[in-house]
Amino acid sequence: MMERAKKIAVGVAGLVTAVPSLVWAGGEKASQLVVVADTRVINNAFVKYIADLYNTNTLLFAVWAVVLTALYGAFLGFFMDFLMARTGLDLKSRKIIEH
Amino acid sequence: MDWLYLYMPIAGMDILWPGLLLIGFSVGVIGGFFGMGGAWMVTPGLNILGFPMAFAIGTDIAHIAGKSMVSTMRHSKFGNVDYKLGFVMIIGTMVGIECGAQLIMYLERLGVVGGVVRWVYVVFLALIATMVFYDFYKAEQKKRAGIVEGEKGTEGITWYKTLHKIRIPPMVHFKAAGFTCSAWLPIMVSFATGALAGFLGIGGGLLRMPALVYLIGCPTHIAVGTDLFEVMISGLYGAFTYSMKGRIELVAVFVMLTGAAIGAQIGTVATKYAKGYGIRILFGCAVLACMVSIILKQYGFNNSAAVVVLGAISIISLYICVIMFRGAANELREKKAREAASRSY
Repeated sequence: MMERAKKIAVGVAGLVTAVPSLVWAGGEKASQLVVVADTRVINNAFVKYIADLYNTNTLLFAVWAVVLTALYGAFLGFFMDFLMARTGLDLKSRKIIEH
Repeated sequence: MDWLYLYMPIAGMDILWPGLLLIGFSVGVIGGFFGMGGAWMVTPGLNILGFPMAFAIGTDIAHIAGKSMVSTMRHSKFGNVDYKLGFVMIIGTMVGIECGAQLIMYLERLGVVGGVVRWVYVVFLALIATMVFYDFYKAEQKKRAGIVEGEKGTEGITWYKTLHKIRIPPMVHFKAAGFTCSAWLPIMVSFATGALAGFLGIGGGLLRMPALVYLIGCPTHIAVGTDLFEVMISGLYGAFTYSMKGRIELVAVFVMLTGAAIGAQIGTVATKYAKGYGIRILFGCAVLACMVSIILKQYGFNNSAAVVVLGAISIISLYICVIMFRGAANELREKKAREAASRSY
């Protein structure tokens, strides 16, 4: 039992170590770069907040990035839907013809 | 002309925002029509605008997630998204991506990763393009011979019919896609495409869309919608991981996403006016362009590779716009004629 647990722990540790490199499988060695946003030249309060987060709290920055992208995507989806509904086109049905 | 430039707070540089908008628009049109993310199209465009490459992949993935959300919403209204199939495939895709990436790491240790990956990619793209064009040729021959199978018209390659004969439980009915098969079929197919995507370091739409059509048996329109749903989920995950590494420029994401939302409407609605084989053939052309650009890159012709990709994007997205506007104009004309006829009675 202990042996098995040890094997699983080694596997999990290996995976955790490997995961950051997995994402870069197809990319260059850009992960070695350290980029800091220069917040001194930013005037907009919200942009400054995001840039500050980028420098100080990566996890919260990542959460905001996903949430804002999803929210903006959903907003654009509904807004475009509203506009498209006014074109008079039938946007709820279509015929599937392959050839 | 300063107003044409937008300050990127994280990258710390000014970028021509109409360029970002245009890239987003083109990728939105193509992605909405073919059901793929289109990361391979965005990077050369960003490169030309002078966008820092350290941020290119993350920015690209986040914008693709948002764009796929807009396209999925539109496709969903048409009934083109089989959510059950999408969720079943996510399991295989995620596990597959991890396995593919593990394989890459093994090759990295052997020191042969760069060349192998690019050539495997080229071989698969060549296979997909060959399959698409052969399928069209076969369907065309059947049509000429007067052979019509099913209610959707003539089909060329029907490998999925053989795969549907595998009846390992649980058997699942996919309502929107309109077929019943063993749940293991979409899981295994998505695992294979996921593993390849992880191995190649790509999103996987290029592989998954044809796999949905030829191996799982989705009608082309459903394959496009369902694949976009997959791209949306994996894109959001990708956006998170790249943000954690600080490789994302949010301002650029929003600008590109705005263009993509408009493009996605055009690309998605255009599928309504295109036959399944029309979508497949154009997809084959896009795959060929991607393949040629990779070969050029492999031999160091980076500028030529960018020209090929950007040229292909421009031509294909313009063609899709023509399909959409022509189809929409016809539909509105017919609608007016019907209304006029009903009034005269």
